[in-house]
Amino acid sequence: MSSRDKILSAVAANQPRLSPLPDVDFLKGGEINAVEKFTEVLTAVGGKVINIAKLDEVTAYIEMNIAAGERVVNLLSEPLGMRAPQTDIKDLPHALANIELAILQAEMGIAENGAVWLNENRLGQRVTPFICQHLVVILDKSNVVPTMHHAYEKIGNEKYGFATFIAGPSKTADIEQSLVLGAHGSRSMTVFLRDI
Amino acid sequence: MESEVKDHAELAAIFNKDENRVDWHDETLWWVRQKRDKMAHGLPGWEDLREAASQIKDNVLSNLSQYLQQFEANAQANGTIVHWAADAKEHNEIVLELLLKNGIRKMVKSKSMLTEECHLNEYLEQQGIDVIDSDLGERIVQLAKEPPSHIVLPCIHKKKEEIGDLFHIHLGTPAGNADPQLLTEAARQHLREVFLTRKAALTGVNFAVAETGEFVVCTNEGNADMGAHLADIHIASMGIEKIIPQRKHLGVFLRLLARSATGQPITTYSSHFVKPRDGQRLHIIIVDNGRSIQLGREDFRNSLKCIRCGACMNTCPVYRRSGGHSYHTAIAGPIGAILAPNLDMEKYADLPFASTLCGSCSNVCPVKIDIHQQLYKWRQVIVQKGYTTTAKKASMKLMAFTLSSPAAYRTGGKVGRWVLKHAPFAVNNKFNPWFKQRDMPETPEQSFGEWYNKNRKK
Repeated sequence: MSSRDKILSAVAANQPRLSPLPDVDFLKGGEINAVEKFTEVLTAVGGKVINIAKLDEVTAYIEMNIAAGERVVNLLSEPLGMRAPQTDIKDLPHALANIELAILQAEMGIAENGAVWLNENRLGQRVTPFICQHLVVILDKSNVVPTMHHAYEKIGNEKYGFATFIAGPSKTADIEQSLVLGAHGSRSMTVFLRDI
Repeated sequence: MESEVKDHAELAAIFNKDENRVDWHDETLWWVRQKRDKMAHGLPGWEDLREAASQIKDNVLSNLSQYLQQFEANAQANGTIVHWAADAKEHNEIVLELLLKNGIRKMVKSKSMLTEECHLNEYLEQQGIDVIDSDLGERIVQLAKEPPSHIVLPCIHKKKEEIGDLFHIHLGTPAGNADPQLLTEAARQHLREVFLTRKAALTGVNFAVAETGEFVVCTNEGNADMGAHLADIHIASMGIEKIIPQRKHLGVFLRLLARSATGQPITTYSSHFVKPRDGQRLHIIIVDNGRSIQLGREDFRNSLKCIRCGACMNTCPVYRRSGGHSYHTAIAGPIGAILAPNLDMEKYADLPFASTLCGSCSNVCPVKIDIHQQLYKWRQVIVQKGYTTTAKKASMKLMAFTLSSPAAYRTGGKVGRWVLKHAPFAVNNKFNPWFKQRDMPETPEQSFGEWYNKNRKK
């Protein structure tokens, strides 16, 4: 008998009588100001939130914060000025090791934990939001939902190869519980909340 | 493996030699527990969430064979290669074969308590494979040649000065520098090089969804993603109990996991792996290693509901003051003490006794495992099977006799009080385990029974 069959038959023999699945929809809770909560929580976990009306404001931010010669990758569907034209990064993921700033569009934000939902089809490469030194995310206010239950309701049966929730900069507290930002992923995360 | 294994009490005695360190360890973990409380109390419907998680896990255990097959079929349809390992040995051999078949001799690994349980690192090193742990805490204990002492905070037992010394030797940081910021930056630079050069990455699995064949890996550092997205081969190792039925159930568990573990609203990264990226191969190894046996133990099967948050450790008065290494098993603390006897009842016979049965572990558990009750039940099984030490057996017999005979109880109390008062040297010595790291109590003049007889209203 293969290990597969051995395991499955042992499990089948030992599993208890069928116990029903609970309803989880009621856990969504009441109405909240999702954008306000999102801003509060993401800020508390070390992220930065900037409200904008137009993408031009992101362009200005990049031009002010990124030195000449530093690599900027823009994966939005439009260019952000001279400093951040649209970028095609279909080559080896290893070639992204020198990205200073990556600019990505998030599908959704989650108020209760400050996370944004990023789908592979807008990342260029899966490693992009992890390997960049600094991460900028564009998020439409209308796409901020209150809880993770709302988030998965929205995701539904969507087909993706890879997707991820990211809430703030990479961090660790492994040395005596002292919080340090910038463990292996991005050192900072700035979310531009757009009035849409 | 050494033949003479020290038990929890002996190992705790070593940890307890340094009283200041014990106090520091105790306070640090209690601080994490308080952060968890703040999160739990601040979230409306927390108890409903725990109840839902517990019921989902009950359903998983009751339908596990079907869910495993559903997960396998969906994962395969996604292009993932699924392997099955009956035990630790088979798991390790599968990993080795995957590496050798592809001519790979160096692998990067993110946190996986399952691979600790399987002693994968030791096995691969014996086969000439270089394994680097990429979680900062795990890298630190790996450099120190120690196992992790906590499932979420692997080097919680280490002082920053010790880490500074380790990094000075291995990573060339300045001697005597113990600044967490500087040490973390040194690890970042060192491990970036590792991520960029390894062809194989192994990660753990936090949740595997039967409905979609996807699995979720949670980290704060981003190390699992850095490894997996840069390697040609991604191997994900999971225990059979990591299955959850549907994608929407992730909402319940991701809300609970980080809040219970470290008091964060969610881990920085919660990555959903469905298909291998172009040109990559994705392997999942589904491991039993005793879990199907535990599933058949009615009193203990609930231990398989565990989502490895570590809340029971942070709150446990025994764990906090004895340290993770005193449990001599991959998963320490209260949950480890109910998982380990399933694997080897004789070797881990001491662990269910390393508890005060105060019940705090059960109260914080996000999936409502009755941990302290299982500890109590394991004690009974272990005593019945004859795995307790002779001294414990003898003292239990004496205690049973004393407590069942009022005369013996009264005499015993009198003798005890007389000895404490007139011959303290008889108990204040190293042969009395209660005297270790403790002062004996002041002697009362009389027992409560005597006081009551004298003072009650006639």
